[in-house]
Amino acid sequence: MTAAAVEVEDLVMRYGAKTAVDGLSLTVEAGSVTAILGPNGAGKTTTIETCEGYRTPQSGRVRVLGLDPVSQHRRLAPRVGVMLQAGGAWSAVRAVEMLDYVAALHQNPLPVAALAERLGLGSCGRTPYRRLSGGQQQRLGLALALVGRPDLVFLDEPTAGLDPQARRTTWSLVEDLRRDGVTVVLTTHYMDEAERLASYVYVVDHGRVLTSGTPQELTSARAQNIISFQAPAGLDTVRLTASLPPDCTVTERPPGNYQVDGLVTPQTLAAVTAWCAQVDVMPEHLSVAKPTLEDVFLDLTGRELRS
Amino acid sequence: MSGLTFTPSPGARPLSRMVRIHAAMETRLLLRNGEQVLLALVIPLLLLIGGARSGDVIDLGSGRRIDVLTPGILALAVMSTAFTSLAISTAFERRYGVLKRLGSSPLPRVGLLLGKVLSLITVIAVQLALVAVVGLGLGWRPTGGVVAGAAAALLVVLGAAAFASLGLLMAGSLRAEATLAAANLVYVVLLVAGAVLLPVSSYPDPMQPVVTLLPSGALAQGLREVASGAGLSLVHALVLAVWAALAAALTARTFRWE
Repeated sequence: MTAAAVEVEDLVMRYGAKTAVDGLSLTVEAGSVTAILGPNGAGKTTTIETCEGYRTPQSGRVRVLGLDPVSQHRRLAPRVGVMLQAGGAWSAVRAVEMLDYVAALHQNPLPVAALAERLGLGSCGRTPYRRLSGGQQQRLGLALALVGRPDLVFLDEPTAGLDPQARRTTWSLVEDLRRDGVTVVLTTHYMDEAERLASYVYVVDHGRVLTSGTPQELTSARAQNIISFQAPAGLDTVRLTASLPPDCTVTERPPGNYQVDGLVTPQTLAAVTAWCAQVDVMPEHLSVAKPTLEDVFLDLTGRELRS
Repeated sequence: MSGLTFTPSPGARPLSRMVRIHAAMETRLLLRNGEQVLLALVIPLLLLIGGARSGDVIDLGSGRRIDVLTPGILALAVMSTAFTSLAISTAFERRYGVLKRLGSSPLPRVGLLLGKVLSLITVIAVQLALVAVVGLGLGWRPTGGVVAGAAAALLVVLGAAAFASLGLLMAGSLRAEATLAAANLVYVVLLVAGAVLLPVSSYPDPMQPVVTLLPSGALAQGLREVASGAGLSLVHALVLAVWAALAAALTARTFRWE
């Protein structure tokens, strides 16, 4: 079965004069992990909340598991797990009590104790929600999304603000979800997260899809490698460029960090180091790297993903 | 590694079951909240006992003090839970995203509402039983038997509906802090000026029609009349029904879930 789990066509959402989503289209294959990657304010949350039925499309069409998320919400809700960016629990409710409550609304919930343990919530099960740390609240939010054994989960920034260990716990959980056939849609502004988890990535900015593909497709579409190094700020990049093969360009961004783009060959590398030797500068942290999603994003928008 | 598997198997419990689960949750949270218990039980019982023993410091008009006081305190108990508690808890549910989260749970909005109603009924039943027992212990002698009991129950249901609709109207339109302040203020104002402690006849003549038209006045005075054997006044029932209908209609139009 390859039916799409989520279909968004030409979605437009405006808040007053501001256009949050501007003709966005995307498709999520059933059983995939799909990442919506973009900087803050790109329209990720608005898009995902429209899929969750919180907002009615002002223009365009949204279908989730073949259903209309607003008019067929009652049929859809038990099948879809939602992790909100923040909040969503009574301040006095205990962590496991909240999980028990949401579990009890479902026909076939996951075993609550095992789920809490898996998410590292075992030790704070009796702690009131307001006294949980931000990371614990986040993991509880993830548990609440999963406890009903949904077909599809929407995770809005699932690891924002988590410490590295908790991020890895979440990542391994997402990998298990895929293994067990749960479709996952997640938003993130961490490109390593998208590269590691997603089978398909939509890069969005200003409410539009800039590009999409598997992480490999996106990074290899930009075939060239990148040479980067650090050296004193203010090197003469024009003269360095002139000493390189014709289609290479050198940029300094931020000061003291140099990047050589273009057709990078061993000869290019030799030319860079030869020029550095000539001006008596040591290129530190010299590396030749495959471009990352971050570079792809920078190419497309001219701005950093994380800011 | 845990052996947890996530193979999809979604489904919602039947609505009636979800409503009971939600009502149990809300009731548990209310009982855990000291301020809410204070409002629901401690203050009404203190006023009942204190009012009965205050001698003639406060003029409660003609009639036995305890017979005037107890129905008023019953009305106060309904108001504290259906209006003040409900308004404050719902406002904070909105503020903390609980309503938003439940919006994506299998519990539909109608289930959420029914769960709140069931929780209100449970809490109010306990409050009324306690107030009535203490009142009886202090010498309250209601008359009218089963018919009066049924009339009182009708007034309580209409009163709770009116107060709950007003509470939700506030919770769904104001900010949580504003609701907290306003719901407590209205409680105190109605306690003093809304014929809860004093019978309507104790107010200056020009104020009496106004006090009778307040939901607190209609409920408390209606209960006093029923308990004294005067029978159910349709005016009081109608006043409460109109408050309930107006506030419910406005709430349905204005309630913001986020």
